[in-house]
Amino acid sequence: MHPILSTVLQRLGLGILTLFLVSIIIFSSIALLPGDFGEQVLGQSALPETVDAFRRELGLDKPAWLRYLDWIGAILQGDLGTSFSGRASSGNDSSRTVWELISPRLSNTLFLAGVTAIIAVPLSLFLGITAALKRNSIYDRAVNAVTLTTISFPEFFIAYMLIVLLAGGVIPGVALPTLANITESMPLGERLFKITLPVITMTLVIVAYMMRMTRAAIINLLASPYIEMAQLKGASKTRVILKHALPNAWAPIATVIAFNLAYLVVGVVVVEVVFVYPGVGQLMVDSVSSRDIPVAQACALFFAATYIILNLLADLIGIITNPRLLHPR
Amino acid sequence: MSDAPQTYSAAAEVGQVLTRRGRLERAKIALRKAPISAWFGMIVIAFYGLVAVFGPFFAPYGEAEVFAKADEPWSVFGGNPAHFFGTDQIGRDVLTRLIYGARNTIGIALITTALSFTIGGSLGLIAAINRSWLDQILSRGVDVLMSIPSLIFALMLLSIFGSSIPSLILIIAVLDATRVFRLTRSVAANVVVMDYVEAARLRGEGLGWVMRREILPNITPPLVAEFGLRFSFVFLTIASLSFLGLGIQPPTADWGSMVRDGSRFIQFVAYDWTLALPSLLPAGAVALLTVAVNFVVDWFLHKTSGLRDEQ
Repeated sequence: MHPILSTVLQRLGLGILTLFLVSIIIFSSIALLPGDFGEQVLGQSALPETVDAFRRELGLDKPAWLRYLDWIGAILQGDLGTSFSGRASSGNDSSRTVWELISPRLSNTLFLAGVTAIIAVPLSLFLGITAALKRNSIYDRAVNAVTLTTISFPEFFIAYMLIVLLAGGVIPGVALPTLANITESMPLGERLFKITLPVITMTLVIVAYMMRMTRAAIINLLASPYIEMAQLKGASKTRVILKHALPNAWAPIATVIAFNLAYLVVGVVVVEVVFVYPGVGQLMVDSVSSRDIPVAQACALFFAATYIILNLLADLIGIITNPRLLHPR
Repeated sequence: MSDAPQTYSAAAEVGQVLTRRGRLERAKIALRKAPISAWFGMIVIAFYGLVAVFGPFFAPYGEAEVFAKADEPWSVFGGNPAHFFGTDQIGRDVLTRLIYGARNTIGIALITTALSFTIGGSLGLIAAINRSWLDQILSRGVDVLMSIPSLIFALMLLSIFGSSIPSLILIIAVLDATRVFRLTRSVAANVVVMDYVEAARLRGEGLGWVMRREILPNITPPLVAEFGLRFSFVFLTIASLSFLGLGIQPPTADWGSMVRDGSRFIQFVAYDWTLALPSLLPAGAVALLTVAVNFVVDWFLHKTSGLRDEQ
């Protein structure tokens, strides 16, 4: 078998194994619940029969491995379970399915993350590569100092600073909306306008990370002996970069991009709460504070799966573009 | 000096000049060479430390003391001169809350970081020395834990155990220990293979001795730098969780929840920008400390390892 194929398969297998283990961890969170959870959800005055029925619905009368198989089987078929909220001690059940709660927010979060990525990825690659090529220049130092500072800021600080600057009338004529309460019926232009501030906030955070990582990767690469060799034999600057450096740079750059998209997925939680954006992050925070475990599990599964798949993708791109693996001896 | 032999020895003369510098003296020289950013960082950290330790002595009021008028603006923007930064949503003095918040937020972050270093550091050292099934199990376990984003993992665990301060500290410490484990294991792995470690083991020293006396002194600089970075990361995580309403719970004063409480009028900022100040002030306090720690760590890394472009 071609070495690339076997490495890719190996990596894919490892990724699936990780997803499996992570799903076990997320699943076992419900088994870790202290005391009798049925009474907590349904209230003190719940009838014993109602609590019993609730326990049976959660499957607490079955062994753990069987419950896991049921759970993961249902998820693979798109059934994420039913939310805990909306249940009453009287036994009448006005709760909604998790899928109903999560699906509109899923597209909102992906929309926000997608718009940010479209702006942040090219910008940070450009900044990172130019800073690496003009190393130790004033430009490089300025970019470095600014990014080190923005990395250390918490997201909510950047967000509120931007609110004062861009929505507080400090700059005359600029008044961006501070609430990103988009709805499905809004036209695209209005939606984009509403999410301007969250997008700028996340772009600032992501660009700082991504630019620094790109810069480090490129500098590492330019220090390797074969680049020096290419320069010494008189190849032009563009040729050195395009022909010699770039083939080896794809892997680190892809890693940087995927890593930061994964970071974006997590960073979205705080930003969504600041701007009251109806996304998965906000839903997860709400479900955690009301201890609505099925919803929290579904959100955690979404975030973890996105994170793992993006990292897996970065690894695969790194393997596929690796010249050493492409031309095995 | 009279009974000294009258011969000349170059080694003796060099020996006279080359007195070994003490720890204090070396620290002084290093400080003199420190860049402005590092000085700025150290001064800010010292200031925060003072406020955190002696806060109750110069806080104007009690931590949860409630005054008659809620939501007062800063005194420079026409508020009551008795409350410099105004009062919060139930009428507590913001300056006082800020001072007590330093103690709570920084204290909890420090305890958490110390705990995560104890767990992650010792497991990492053991894994590096004892490269057997134990190392395999620990490393694979850490791989799986690290494949879930830590904020998400913390949120999920908090939904199970509830948001009390002990569970907050434990959850974040365990999640953070995975990063410490990785670093400790990889730096220690380079030291474990040294001859002097082998010599120590051959003369029959136990695991504890090898860890403490042979390996630890040689991996201290990267670990100290990591401590700074981890601290600011933990500090940010706790502040973010409190901001989300899932971290430190009222009535304990803390900066994250102050940002959250202050943000109630944020959508009216277009009419009066001072409405953003109640959330901007504690957020700025968080940001200033993390920037300061990062500046100092940056300088320290630069100094100890000659690292130029790793970060």
